[in-house]
Amino acid sequence: MSNHTAELTHEVHRDDVGARMGMWLFLFTELLLFGGMFLVYAVYRHEFIDQFRIAAMALNTTVGALNTIILLTSSLTVALSIAALQKGNKSLSIMLLVMTNILAVAFMINKYFEWSEKFQHGIYPGSETLLNLPDGQILFYGLYYVMTGLHGLHVIIGLIFLSIVMVFIFTGSVNKDSYVKLENAGLYWHLVDLIWIFLFPLFYLIQ
Amino acid sequence: MQDNHSHENHEISYSTYLLVWVSLIAFTSITVAVAGINLGDYTLFVALCIAALKSGLVINIFMHIKFEDPIFKVFIGISIFTLIVIFTLTFFDYFYR
Repeated sequence: MSNHTAELTHEVHRDDVGARMGMWLFLFTELLLFGGMFLVYAVYRHEFIDQFRIAAMALNTTVGALNTIILLTSSLTVALSIAALQKGNKSLSIMLLVMTNILAVAFMINKYFEWSEKFQHGIYPGSETLLNLPDGQILFYGLYYVMTGLHGLHVIIGLIFLSIVMVFIFTGSVNKDSYVKLENAGLYWHLVDLIWIFLFPLFYLIQ
Repeated sequence: MQDNHSHENHEISYSTYLLVWVSLIAFTSITVAVAGINLGDYTLFVALCIAALKSGLVINIFMHIKFEDPIFKVFIGISIFTLIVIFTLTFFDYFYR
């Protein structure tokens, strides 16, 4: 009898807390990656307060705010998707992930138009127009492109990560009783949201 | 086995998530509105405080840390502390160079 139980336990053994902890440890490395950039930003902003202000005024606050709302909403849909799967509502969970992906694409489309507008004005890394600006503004735009660019890359990776988990839910390998993959994809997505929460005021809201 | 499902006892309801989302949107509106007011040196401070509040909501509720094993909170504390140390040391170097 006891043998039988042991066998059963062995078959279903897994460590969800450990899996989430592994994800968190990875997220800390991401935090340090972006932390380093925020540090560079902090020092240069302190050194070129006025130039940063002038450069930031040229960014579109409305687009930035819209993207903030889009990302916050996509975080909500991921969180709801996990809750739906916990309650055993598979189709709702998938639908919410589809919504998340749509929002992620909307974010990137916004970003595309925002960057294209800057490119049209000749402001892109290494452009002549940009290099003729004062040092502080060159640094601001350099940081703007690197930080929002790296963040955008994370959005794309998150989008792929969530899509893969969505397929797992569809095939049933991620389900009501085993959904740590969805939780970890969600954690990654929330981190993308967290970084944007800081990028938004630092780049778009300097007056 | 017990561990695998320990956090299931803390299933968060849809309405809690919606409430958090509403608060996050409200904080975003506040931060945009406040940016228009000239608070001088405090502008950045206020913006960062609001961002920190928003992060707290996302980490605790959306990322379930409030209901997670305490060791997760210790880890997060250590990471944030590390970042603060790095920032402080860099600015010491920058100011007193």
